[in-house]
Amino acid sequence: MATTGLPGTTLRAVKVAARRDPALVRSGLIASGLCFLALFLVLPLMAVFASAFSGGIAAYWSAITQPEALSAVRLTLLAALIAVPLNVVFGLAASWCIARFDFTGKQLLLTLIDVPFTVSPVISGMLFVLLFGAQGVFGNWLIDHNIRIVFAVPGIVLATIFVTFPFVARELIPTMLALGSDEEQAALTLGASGWRTFLRVTLPNVKWSLLYGVILCNARAMGEFGAVSVVSGHIRGLTNTMPLYVEILYNDYQFSSAFAVASLLAMLALVTLVAKSIVEWKSARDLEASRRRENADEY
Amino acid sequence: MSIEAREITKRFGSFVALDRVSLRVEAGELVALLGPSGSGKTTLLRIVAGLEFPDSGSVLFDGQDTTDRSAQDRGVGFVFQHYALFRHMSVYDNVAFGLTVKPRRERLPAAKIKARVHELLKLVQLDWLASQYPSQLSGGQRQRVALARALAVEPRVLLLDEPFGALDAKVRQELRRWLRRLHDEIHVTSIFVTHDQEEALEVADRVVVMNSGRIEQEGSPNDVYHHPASPFVYRFLGNINLFHARMEDGRVLISEPVNGRPVGPSEPLAYVRPHLMNIERQPHKPNQLAVWVRHINSAGPLVKVELATEHGDQIHVEISHERYEELGLNEDDAVFVSPRDVKVF
Repeated sequence: MATTGLPGTTLRAVKVAARRDPALVRSGLIASGLCFLALFLVLPLMAVFASAFSGGIAAYWSAITQPEALSAVRLTLLAALIAVPLNVVFGLAASWCIARFDFTGKQLLLTLIDVPFTVSPVISGMLFVLLFGAQGVFGNWLIDHNIRIVFAVPGIVLATIFVTFPFVARELIPTMLALGSDEEQAALTLGASGWRTFLRVTLPNVKWSLLYGVILCNARAMGEFGAVSVVSGHIRGLTNTMPLYVEILYNDYQFSSAFAVASLLAMLALVTLVAKSIVEWKSARDLEASRRRENADEY
Repeated sequence: MSIEAREITKRFGSFVALDRVSLRVEAGELVALLGPSGSGKTTLLRIVAGLEFPDSGSVLFDGQDTTDRSAQDRGVGFVFQHYALFRHMSVYDNVAFGLTVKPRRERLPAAKIKARVHELLKLVQLDWLASQYPSQLSGGQRQRVALARALAVEPRVLLLDEPFGALDAKVRQELRRWLRRLHDEIHVTSIFVTHDQEEALEVADRVVVMNSGRIEQEGSPNDVYHHPASPFVYRFLGNINLFHARMEDGRVLISEPVNGRPVGPSEPLAYVRPHLMNIERQPHKPNQLAVWVRHINSAGPLVKVELATEHGDQIHVEISHERYEELGLNEDDAVFVSPRDVKVF
C-alpha cells in the first residue's frame, strides 16, 4: 500500500485533503460570492450613505428634519404600527386553523393567503382604488358619509396590511405543523383552558418563528412602495410615506435630501438584518437542542 | 372510579374505527387494550379522555354521563406515546403545570405546589432532574416525567397511549414492571393501550383484545392466553402453525400445513404454537408429519427450528436446548413432527 510508511503528519494531510475540495475551487467560489455581495449589496449601500452625506452633516440633518420628512416618517411608522399587530393576530389565527384542523377549503385558504405575494403591489393598490375610490364600488356611499379612504391615511394603512398579509402566517404554518398538537392536548387534559394553553404552550413554542415573521412583515410594511403609491395621491406632508417621499425628492433633483431620507430606510434594513440574524441564530440553537433530544439514546 | 363505555361508534370518513364497543373498567383496575394498529384501541382511549368524541354511544365515569364534557373538565391523566412534554419548560414546571393552571380559587398555595411536585418527582425517582429540560433527558426518563405530570392533578383515571412504544426493548421491560409496581402503590383506575401482547399480559389485571373496531375478547391475562375465544386472539397472542385437520375417534389429527392458500369456510383447522410441537427421529405416532430441517437458530432461550414438508410448506418449532442436543439436529435432516397440544375453533 502506498500510504504505509508515510509519516503520520503526511497521512493526516492526505486524509484532510480527501475530505476537501481543491484549494482553487474553494477560493474561486468564495471570491465570486464575495464579489457578488460587494457589487450588489455593499457598494449600493455605501453609495446611499455617501450621497446622503455629500452636502455635509448639517444638510443631512436639515433634510431629515424637514416637516415633510418628519410627517413621512410618522406616517410610515403609523402604517407599520397598525399593519404589523393586525397581521400577527391574523397570522396566528390562520396558522392555528390550518395546522390544527382539517376542513374543506383548507387549500383554498392557503392559496388566498399567498395572493398578496403573487399579485403585483401596483395591482393591489388599484384594487383599493376600484373599491373605495370616487368612481369605485363603495365610492358614493363613502362620499355620502364623508369617509375618505383612498388618497388618505386609511387607504395607506389598508394597502400596507394587504401587502404584508402573508408574512406572519407563512412563517408560522410550517412551524406549527412540525410541532404537532400533542403538547396542546396534554395541556388540555391537565385542565388548562384554550387561552391558557395558547399562552403557556403554543406561543412559547412558536415564538422564534413569530418574531421572524414580525421582522419580515415590519420591513415590508415600512418599505412598501407600489401599492401605497397608487392609493396615496402623493399629498406632501399628508399622505407620503418614506419611500414615496424619497421618490418625490429624487424627481425634484434634490439628490442629497432624497438619499438622506433613503439612508433612514437603509438603516432600518440593516437593523432588520441584524435582528433577523439574531432570531435565526437563536431558533437554530433551539432546533439543535430538540434534534439532540430526538437522537438521544434511551438511557 | 369506574369507567364505562356504552355502544361507542366512531367513524373517520368511511373508515369505522369503533363499531358499537362497550367496555367497563372497575375502580382501581389496570386494563390493557390490546390490538394491532387500526383496531380502534387508541380511538377508544382518546374518546374516554375527551380528546375525541364518539358519533354515537356514551362514556360514563362512576355512572355519570361525561360524553359531552371536554378533556379539560374530565379530570383524566393522559400519557402520550411520544411523551408530549412541554419542551420549553423544565421538568419541575412540566409537572407543576396542571397545578398552576387551575383557577385561582382552586389552586394550591405556591409552597404546597412545590411540595407536591417534589413528592411526585420522588415517586418517579427523578427528583434530581427537576431543573433539567426535556431535551436533556433519555426516553425512559421523559416518559416517567410525563407520568408524574399526569398524576399531579390527582386524576380520577389514568390513560396511557402506547406509553412504552417509543422506547427500546430493555427500557420497555424495566418501565412496565415499574408501572405495575406503581399501580399497586397508588391504585388509580388505569387503561393502557398497547400492540405488544407480552406487555399487556405482564402488566394488566385484565386484557381487552380488539380487532377492526370491535372487542374480540376480554379477560384475565391467563384466561385470554390459555382460553382464546377466537382464531384472531390465538394468532395475536403468539406465533402459530396452521394445519388442515380431521377428526378421528374424538381426536384432532393434523395433515398439510395451510400456507397462505385459501381455506374453505367449513374446513376444520388446527392451530399449534411452535413450542407445543415435538420433533422425533423415528416415526411411531399416527399424528405425525415427515419434514426436513431447513434452518436452525439456537441463539436464545429456545432453539428455533424451521422445517419444511415435501411440498415446501414451512413449519416452525421451538424446542429446548437439551432436546436439541439429544436429537443432534442438523440442517437437511429428515425428521418427524407431531403436536402436543392442538387448538381447534
